[in-house]
Amino acid sequence: VLPMCLSSHNTLVIKFFFLSAFFPLKLETQATGENLEFRLISSPRLSNLPGWSLKDGSAFLDKELKECSGHVFVDSVPEFCLPETELIDLSTVDVILISNYHCMMALPYITEHTGFTGTVYATEPTVQIGRLLMEELVNFIERVPKAQSASLWKNKDIQRLLPSPLKDAVEVSTWRRCYTMQEVNSALSKIQLVGYSQKIELFGAVQVTPLSSGYALGSSNWIIQSHYEKVSYVSGSSLLTTHPQPPERTLLPKVDLLILTLLTSTPYDNPIKCVSSFASTFLALTVRNGGNVLVPCYPSGVIYDLLECLYQYIDSAGLSNIPFYFISPVANSSLEFSQIFAEWLCHNKQTKVYLPEPPFPHAELIQTNKLKHYPSLHGDFSSDFRQPCVVFTGHPSLRFGDVVHFMELWGKSSLNTVIFTEPDFSYLEALAPYQPLAMKCIYCPIDTRLNFIQVSKLLKEVQPLHVVCPEQYTQPPPAQSHRMDLMIDCQPPAMSYRRAEVLALPFKRRYEKIEIMPELADALVPMEIKPGISLATVSAVLHTKDNKHVLQPPPRPAQPSGGKKRKRASEDIPDCKVLKPLLSGSIPVEQFVQTLEKHGFSDIKVEDTAKGHIVLLQEAETLIQIEEDSTHIICDNDEMLRVRLRDLVLKFLQKF
Amino acid sequence: MPEIRVTPLGAGQDVGRSCILVSIAGKNVMLDCGMHMGFSDDRRFPDFSYITRNGRLTDFLDCVIISHFHLDHCGALPYFSEMVGYDGPIYMTHPTQAICPILLEDYRKIAVDKKGEANFFTSQMIKDCMKKVVAVHLHQTVQVDDELEIKAYYAGHVLGAAMFQIKVGSESVVYTGDYNMTPDRHLGAAWIDKCRPNLLITESTYATTIRDSKRCRERDFLKKVHEAVERGGKVLIPVFALGRAQELCILLETFWERMNLKAPIYFSTGLTEKANHYYKLFITWTNQKIRKTFVQRNMFEFKHIKAFDRAFADNPGPMVVFATPGMLHAGQSLQIFRKWAGNEKNMVIMPGYCVQGTVGHKILSGQRKLEMEGRQVLEVKMQVEYMSFSAHADAKGIMQLVGQAEPESVLLVHGEAKKMEFLKQKIEQELRVSCYMPANGETVTLPTSPSIPVGVSLGLLKREMAQGLLPDAKKPRLLHGTLIMKDSNFRLVSSEQALKELGLAEHQLRFTCRVHLHDPRKEQETALRVYSHLKSVLKDHCVQHLPDGSVTVESILIQAAAHSEDPGTKVLLVSWTYQDEELGSYLTSLLKKGLPQASS
Repeated sequence: VLPMCLSSHNTLVIKFFFLSAFFPLKLETQATGENLEFRLISSPRLSNLPGWSLKDGSAFLDKELKECSGHVFVDSVPEFCLPETELIDLSTVDVILISNYHCMMALPYITEHTGFTGTVYATEPTVQIGRLLMEELVNFIERVPKAQSASLWKNKDIQRLLPSPLKDAVEVSTWRRCYTMQEVNSALSKIQLVGYSQKIELFGAVQVTPLSSGYALGSSNWIIQSHYEKVSYVSGSSLLTTHPQPPERTLLPKVDLLILTLLTSTPYDNPIKCVSSFASTFLALTVRNGGNVLVPCYPSGVIYDLLECLYQYIDSAGLSNIPFYFISPVANSSLEFSQIFAEWLCHNKQTKVYLPEPPFPHAELIQTNKLKHYPSLHGDFSSDFRQPCVVFTGHPSLRFGDVVHFMELWGKSSLNTVIFTEPDFSYLEALAPYQPLAMKCIYCPIDTRLNFIQVSKLLKEVQPLHVVCPEQYTQPPPAQSHRMDLMIDCQPPAMSYRRAEVLALPFKRRYEKIEIMPELADALVPMEIKPGISLATVSAVLHTKDNKHVLQPPPRPAQPSGGKKRKRASEDIPDCKVLKPLLSGSIPVEQFVQTLEKHGFSDIKVEDTAKGHIVLLQEAETLIQIEEDSTHIICDNDEMLRVRLRDLVLKFLQKF
Repeated sequence: MPEIRVTPLGAGQDVGRSCILVSIAGKNVMLDCGMHMGFSDDRRFPDFSYITRNGRLTDFLDCVIISHFHLDHCGALPYFSEMVGYDGPIYMTHPTQAICPILLEDYRKIAVDKKGEANFFTSQMIKDCMKKVVAVHLHQTVQVDDELEIKAYYAGHVLGAAMFQIKVGSESVVYTGDYNMTPDRHLGAAWIDKCRPNLLITESTYATTIRDSKRCRERDFLKKVHEAVERGGKVLIPVFALGRAQELCILLETFWERMNLKAPIYFSTGLTEKANHYYKLFITWTNQKIRKTFVQRNMFEFKHIKAFDRAFADNPGPMVVFATPGMLHAGQSLQIFRKWAGNEKNMVIMPGYCVQGTVGHKILSGQRKLEMEGRQVLEVKMQVEYMSFSAHADAKGIMQLVGQAEPESVLLVHGEAKKMEFLKQKIEQELRVSCYMPANGETVTLPTSPSIPVGVSLGLLKREMAQGLLPDAKKPRLLHGTLIMKDSNFRLVSSEQALKELGLAEHQLRFTCRVHLHDPRKEQETALRVYSHLKSVLKDHCVQHLPDGSVTVESILIQAAAHSEDPGTKVLLVSWTYQDEELGSYLTSLLKKGLPQASS
């Protein structure tokens, strides 16, 4: 097994047997894109920001770099940082296993633009919602009218001179522009749908199984196993059950290797508290004062929980007259799709479907006209729009999408509030290009993924032989270096990896499965060597097909027929590849001599030596040295005699 | 000898009360637990006393599997689990779990409230029974216990219908339940992988039928309905609330829309709306097309089809009514049928199979005078039409599934004996697979020969594989090793490793043979002659001449010594171990023949 990290922490290649499995591909808008690209829709103020110039005053970058409240931004079509694809030849990758819909955003880059020809496995909700996320992204980006992408600043010599974080951005030369819907469709058509606990056979040697990870609709951890080795890939797991099916833990134990990634990005915050205060305090306070609430979000996932929470608080929080707007090109689809995945939901949502009622209460919000959804700001929305209101829209990075418009519209009033619930983005950086801002900002990250307390509990429960995780989890966060509780603590210590690093694991395969055919099994003669342990020597024909090994009875040795043909055969040079068993045991001299006598040998003399005995058959001029672990028969060239003696000796020995 | 035993308790050479007992590798599984529509006495349920004479069912059965929600597959479940007594797991898919209790309750109501039956299961029993259900996903491998696993495959037929694979080690049985091999307007086609079970238990409702194209049937159906409505007649379509009902609703809905027809279409019973809700929420179980377009237009939201009220039956003018149940054996469909039967303008279309003993079966077999309760005789003047819209596989479909799964043998259930006989011959002749068709209570025993999985050490395997690479990798190779059996842990390792693991020393058996050669030359020269002779004969072997004057062939050592008495004779000492016996023995016989005269 050889994991290879292709990105800071969420793309991994594992070489297991001869199989390469390629793990989730999370498109890193957050890690790289967030501070960097921006483009604001219809905002004269922001597109007129002053250009940024180098310290020496040269201003050749002023078309690309803009300055706002002391921060420098790149003015360009948004670009995306991909998983590392240079390090390995993607045509050698056999499968891609997708953990959840956030982790497939880079899929079109891989399936459409590399030599990858393997299979992609994902659950149905993952594919359907992943499609929605990609569709929204493509739609947002297509609306950005920038024709040019900025490239001057990417020059290594120039990047060096830029202020942080631009200076530290990695692999800027490999950043790509967004894919098209056509590429998305083509990529998705290459996915093979799988269900939880489905055993998928790969090349006859390895079995992969997705297990519910509890984090999102259809999200999975993966078990990769052969008959004797088991690796589990735990990525984006949650123990807090919101709407998805709770995590499956029964199959995790007894793993040789546990790969742990995508833990919570907000280890200090309690997601449950965040959800409840979201509606009851933050949101209620704002609308009571006549302000508007903006919730930047993805079109699926946490938004379902937020809507459910709103539904519960509508009356107590005085929200009954406040309209909720959900604006996304995929808003309708997302709301519809959420209702049809009964089998992937938590138990009490499933129970509702059995009634039959829609599992999510947003169906009722829509029916009662409290929640309205629109594909974009244009069209129906502009005529329906009423304030104060609550708006859910994307993109949560605040760099593109309809959210930009609302930031512009509401940013100047302190009555309004923007509530950040998506944990993947630093809200300070998201807001930076909008500064100065009068609007209230509340950071209320709802990240249900495993925190370090849960991880250590999980590790105690599962007791993996080895743990592998991204480097950042093996030390406390840089800002809180004293918090030793905010890191993975386990024995033996977790092995860590970094982007573009190859890690060899202390993990050796020793056994493989082989099938013994019933006819052969019947012919075996087991003997008990020690109490409870039996042995049988096996000589069999090995058949290997599609990596499956089968043992069949050996062909019967040709009977000596005495004919001419047979004689020729005996003169053939023997094939030394015919293996003879090993021998074990010792020969009791007295009994051996008795046996010799019984078989017609006379004139037997026994001499003692330092290590054993010598048995002399004087008549036959033959000498048999017998020691504890060896027997040596020295005779004239008399094959008949030799074979007779051999058989008598073998009677006292065990064959292996 | 390991074996698989199958006993149908119901559905053996019959349609109705499906219930099949399977014993595989020491595990006992009951497949389906249905009721029989043709009987209202004891015979309506399977005879569960057969399962175990004494002792609890829970101790004997490892699990129960329900293939789909039709009552002839699950109707006896509450009776079985609550009244006979079974507390083990009951497996079914999510839609089945959702819909099954509703149909059971409906069935109970008709039996108890309408027919006044005593000693029937209660609503509470249905609830308690459903608590024992474990829902399964498609293709999920469910580990019933350490050894027994089951896996569901899509079966078409009705929402949530599944085929099940039951597997213990390398032995397996597949039970199809009811299935459909052609996709229809709302469901997809059944599918199974090449799982090569020991036995495939398949339904055979349409064992002898090869249906014409579905399009023709649909056209025919629409034409008949249209004609009846045009002449002002009323059309009764007896259906089950879920299944064909939705299929035909979609068909009529689109037809009405296209033809712009005005005659009302009604759907009876309160189940309708509920039923359609299930289809909306479980849309992932419907066919590709419906799933793809459901966001834009949900096919189960009907514009032209409205809820039926009992009073509507007497309304003048044409109408189409879907009414339950589908075999006209009770309930609303039967009531409407009695009302409309006397008018020759009206029409009843039976879209599915009818079990013997039901009114549906009687009118389909041509009976026009029916004896009803209270010795009333009902004369049937209305047009009676039969149209197979049942989502069952026909003969072609069954053969196709057998081909897909590649079983060692096939067992037919859920069909009529005569038709089964025909299909059995067809399967045996065309597919060369043995085929069985036991009657209820009759046991079929199939011997199996499962292979035994053991762990082979990679060292041993690689060694054998490496040897096999020359000269022909495809040629089967001989493997020699030692099987260590400790508890239930079986490992095949090299003999050396086995000795080492058990702490045993190897006993070396060595032979040394003296070969006398007539050769007056010096020992060294004799050795050299031996060397060049062997080198020329044994081209494939490693023959070496060592500095100390001895010759080796592989690990066999040959030394030349002077004869103590005869200087003209040299003694060759050929020494080898037991493991090299063949070669050693060959060399001695070769050397005994003497050396060729040196050319020099």
